[in-house]
Amino acid sequence: MYPAAFEVTKARTLDEALAKLADLGDDGRVLAGGQSLIPMMKLRVAAPTHLVDINEIPDLDGIKQVNGHMSVGALARHADVVRADVANHTVAAAAPWVADPVVRNRGTMCGSIAHCDPEGDWNSVMLAVRAQVVATSSSGERVIPIDEFVKDFFTNSLQEGEMVTEVRVPNYAGAGGGDYLKLERKIGDYATVAVAIHLDLAGDGTIAQAGVALTAVNHVNTRASDAEAILVGNAPSEELFAAAADAAAAAADPVSDIRGPAEYKRDVVRVFTRRGLASALAKAQD
Amino acid sequence: MEVNVTINGAARTAEVEARTLLVDFIRTNLSLTGTHIGCDTTSCGVCTVLLDGTPVKSCTMFAFQADGHEIQTVEGLKNGELHPIQAAFKEEHGLQCGFCTPGMMLVGKALLEENLNPTDDEVRWAISGNLCRCTGYMNIVKAIQTAGAELSAAESGATA
Repeated sequence: MYPAAFEVTKARTLDEALAKLADLGDDGRVLAGGQSLIPMMKLRVAAPTHLVDINEIPDLDGIKQVNGHMSVGALARHADVVRADVANHTVAAAAPWVADPVVRNRGTMCGSIAHCDPEGDWNSVMLAVRAQVVATSSSGERVIPIDEFVKDFFTNSLQEGEMVTEVRVPNYAGAGGGDYLKLERKIGDYATVAVAIHLDLAGDGTIAQAGVALTAVNHVNTRASDAEAILVGNAPSEELFAAAADAAAAAADPVSDIRGPAEYKRDVVRVFTRRGLASALAKAQD
Repeated sequence: MEVNVTINGAARTAEVEARTLLVDFIRTNLSLTGTHIGCDTTSCGVCTVLLDGTPVKSCTMFAFQADGHEIQTVEGLKNGELHPIQAAFKEEHGLQCGFCTPGMMLVGKALLEENLNPTDDEVRWAISGNLCRCTGYMNIVKAIQTAGAELSAAESGATA
């Protein structure tokens, strides 16, 4: 299978990439890991006329602690995240479940976030932990909350000439914990269902901040807001978690397909939310 | 566009279109057909090659992206005699039809560079992006472990 013909710019610096993207407008696409873009081009689902390859730009692959958050650069591969000493439990739990080990050597976290595939793992993680996405263009930088960044089915809120240069995962304010539970038919397959969980506890042990987000059960990665509202301000308990799990299941509107019937998927959301909250709490209290 | 790579230690150059996939560059332009094409959709891993030592699926990379980089394919394993991973696949019957074998050996080699004594689970995890349609996984796992033991014995022999 072959993509339609295209032009390419191999950018050596970020400024060069941004200038080219500004010039190209809607015709340009950033090529980072290419593990989603290239298959889509081969299937002719995507046919960009010009690729701006950022792989040779130095210093875009950092994973570091800055000003109260973990910053992940545009060229940090999933495998780099697996190997990094990541303090955020939700990110650490999800990383080994993204794609397969060989794909993880190439695919990037920022690329996957920008791709906005509702079956992708990272956007649920980022919704749960309330990450920020840094969009850079030749005229400057915008820091976009993840809820505004993930707009719709394969649709982000980047404007012409912008690319994702960084994602920021906030550190826990207090005792924090999280988890990512994923059901897949085989390694490398898309999720049948996955649930991202984030808890940040106040000094008195009540839940100060909660994140519950769902993969592959709606047309876009979804924050289960009702589940979060049930959790926040309350002391953790099995009953509370069961109520939040029911609310998370209610936020799922899956379709029946080869990966399972809708009713089954909705029930997996319920079970995974309950289990994820219990394990996130255990990690927060550890 | 011109693509220059070092493949299995040799410098090679070819003129390709931007859309030429790395796997076709290797098989067609460089005539190294040990790297196979299976699913063509990033699922099966038979096209796995080592890019600067790291396993990647060469059906999901453009040839121009390898420009200036080092590639190792299955042809580069043998150095006079069989590489220990090849010898172990032969010894442990780690292949049946052989189609997945180049990818399996390269992923196994990359794993052994980090860990010469991997457990069953560690090997299974490392090869989980590579499919064997003969379902010969038991012997593939054994072969990678046998090669690890062989390499580790050679290493301690060299330091003794």
